[in-house]
Amino acid sequence: MGASLVVASRSYADFTPEATFDIKKVDLHRLEEGPPLTSTLTREEGLKYYRTMQTIRRMELKADQLYKQKIIRGFCHLYDGQEACAVGIEGGITLSDHLITAYRAHGYTLTRGGTVREIMAELTGRRGGIAKGKGGSMHMYTKNFYGGNGIVGAQVPLGAGVALACKYLGNDQLCVSLYGDGAANQGQIFETYNMSSLWKLPIIFICENNQYAMGTSVERSAASTEYYKRGDYIPGIRVDGMDVLCVREATKFAAAHCRSGKGPILMELQTYRYHGHSMSDPGVSYRTREEIQEVRSKSDPISMLKDRMLSNNMASIEELKEIDIAVRKEIEDAAQFATTDPEPPLDDLCSHIFANDQPFEVRGATPWTKLTSTS
Amino acid sequence: MLHRWDGARFLPDRTLGIQAKEFNLGIIRPVNRVSHGLRVNVRDALNQAMDEELERDERVFLLGEEVAQYDGAYKVSRGLWKKYGDKRIIDTPITEMGFAGIAVGAAFAGLRPICEFMTWNFSMQAIDQVINSAAKTYYMSAGAQPVPIVFRGPNGSSAGVAAQHSQCFAAWYGHCPGLKVVSPWNSEDARGLLKAAIRDDNPVVFLENELMYGVPFDLSEEVMQKDFVVPIGKAKVERQGTHITLVSHSRCVGFCLDAATVLAKEGVECEVVNLRTIRPLDVDTIEASVMKTGHLVTVEGGWPQYGVGAEICARVMEGPAFNYLDAPAVRVTGVDIPMPYAKILEDHSVPQIKDIIFSVKKVLNIVFLIVTSSDYFIAINCSVTEIKLPFYQS
Repeated sequence: MGASLVVASRSYADFTPEATFDIKKVDLHRLEEGPPLTSTLTREEGLKYYRTMQTIRRMELKADQLYKQKIIRGFCHLYDGQEACAVGIEGGITLSDHLITAYRAHGYTLTRGGTVREIMAELTGRRGGIAKGKGGSMHMYTKNFYGGNGIVGAQVPLGAGVALACKYLGNDQLCVSLYGDGAANQGQIFETYNMSSLWKLPIIFICENNQYAMGTSVERSAASTEYYKRGDYIPGIRVDGMDVLCVREATKFAAAHCRSGKGPILMELQTYRYHGHSMSDPGVSYRTREEIQEVRSKSDPISMLKDRMLSNNMASIEELKEIDIAVRKEIEDAAQFATTDPEPPLDDLCSHIFANDQPFEVRGATPWTKLTSTS
Repeated sequence: MLHRWDGARFLPDRTLGIQAKEFNLGIIRPVNRVSHGLRVNVRDALNQAMDEELERDERVFLLGEEVAQYDGAYKVSRGLWKKYGDKRIIDTPITEMGFAGIAVGAAFAGLRPICEFMTWNFSMQAIDQVINSAAKTYYMSAGAQPVPIVFRGPNGSSAGVAAQHSQCFAAWYGHCPGLKVVSPWNSEDARGLLKAAIRDDNPVVFLENELMYGVPFDLSEEVMQKDFVVPIGKAKVERQGTHITLVSHSRCVGFCLDAATVLAKEGVECEVVNLRTIRPLDVDTIEASVMKTGHLVTVEGGWPQYGVGAEICARVMEGPAFNYLDAPAVRVTGVDIPMPYAKILEDHSVPQIKDIIFSVKKVLNIVFLIVTSSDYFIAINCSVTEIKLPFYQS
């Protein structure tokens, strides 16, 4: 209330419209040059990234709360700490490009066009959910976003298939295919590296290395933890995944590489998750609370962006607080919707088995239970 | 060993009966594409179906091992690479899990891939992509993401390829909602079902049979039309009968017809139902037939436990046809063992015509005589003269 008065009296012409920041140099593999060492951020972009990251953060924390209240059930893998990855990647591509990831997917569902309402209602299994309650946490889809995939590593060949379609159709689009440090050891990923390189598919492989595959640290699961080199003949870069500008510049660089017809490129994002692997993991049996606290205080992606914007007079504290309040409200409204929206109708039980088909009979739990499936 | 005009060689199965008699050595007419009735083997039917669908829809493409420059491991895709090129006929490395996933991803993004497994045995490497990525996605996304893909390849036993290359996957894939599973027998089935599968917006598992590839069938003008499709989910009554229903799929349909011919000479009229589709199962056709004949024998190449025949019997039990059964329904299946190599053992691992005849007679409670101890059951254009049944005591 006092804040809004102050904001109203200060014109936006007082703010710096854009500023250039030094960003960390990336490590290169089979590349002569990498992304630029500076990144120019406009005030608009900064506010957008701030808002999106804050939305993801608050949404995930709300999901944590709802899970503990047993309103969300099953698997729930939270993304807080890793916001700069989802937001930075989207800053380097467009919505007509394609993206696929694994099960830690709520943040990507948002950056790829989903709304907080639909995401939360999907987590609570209601008919207003983005997958009408049929998919749950790990199976959310939007246009050009292929989930949310539950089987570790399976999404990577799928992403290469999307990239193959881009090349086949000649539409200059590309596919970003994400996987974690745990999945990075999967055989099918190496099969995908091989075919993507052979056929020069426009795919950006991105390894979100958050140091732990469930409870197994990278040193305990990988003979080589230099994930950006694991593509061998595929050029790679290792990027600070906590800095949204680093991620954005790296993604732009990678996208240019793909679109020039050079084939795949691999990006390792060094990032961190504050929560455990999922809601059933407190996350402290295999790492220390001190480690988590240190990352929070020194490398939090939202704080980093906030500090940059404030110290360059790109926004005011009050303005950012307003965004925080607006985000909080958006989350509250979404949570309200997600807890009050009814569950899917039982008629929906058997629907969506086949596309574009006549309705057909589905056997129920007993021979006398005859259900109908519609497309 | 028979040598055919195009170089194909094979051992005629002694139990082919009528079909073996009609086989003219070296005098097969070359296939011409004039639109009148033709003699087309299953391989060429599949080839022509793919060719026509590739021409019809730009989004259709074929990928798999050796499908392009090798013309297909079993020559099913012969000539397609020459005609359509690298973009649409893609040779993959030997990485099933990877290329099946790529195929599914391409389907996600709007293409219509045909993913060939050199044999369905190798699909086990990729089964996660078939089931979890292809079959379930339309449901999990509540209809947002269709998956228009065909997985195809030879299934079931072949000749002398031993245990790891001989498994039948009809029951495995037939178990899963979200998949359509088809199993053609003859050239009409192959052509019509493959066209239907490619035009279907859903994942289809297409189970061919290597030993059927070289077998020719007469195809009518209607079948040779470019838009001829066999509807998925509809069985075909290949032979009308009154005494007993034989339900089968793939190569065993031919054995059932041969058994029916032999049995007809003894006055037993078998109705032979060619399933054509494993999933969805055409229960209506099966039930109508059983309600007419009162007796049921299912015949399949796969193993008995939790198999296609088991499902058919369970469905008949649970439905109206049960009240029409005059005897328990029975299954003729492959022997419940990994496939051995030696010919005599292999021959005794798969259902033979004599097994079908024996089962029919048991179900119909017909008493029969064991005449001599000769080794082979001879069926060509005469009635049963000799039977050796080493394992059965009547």
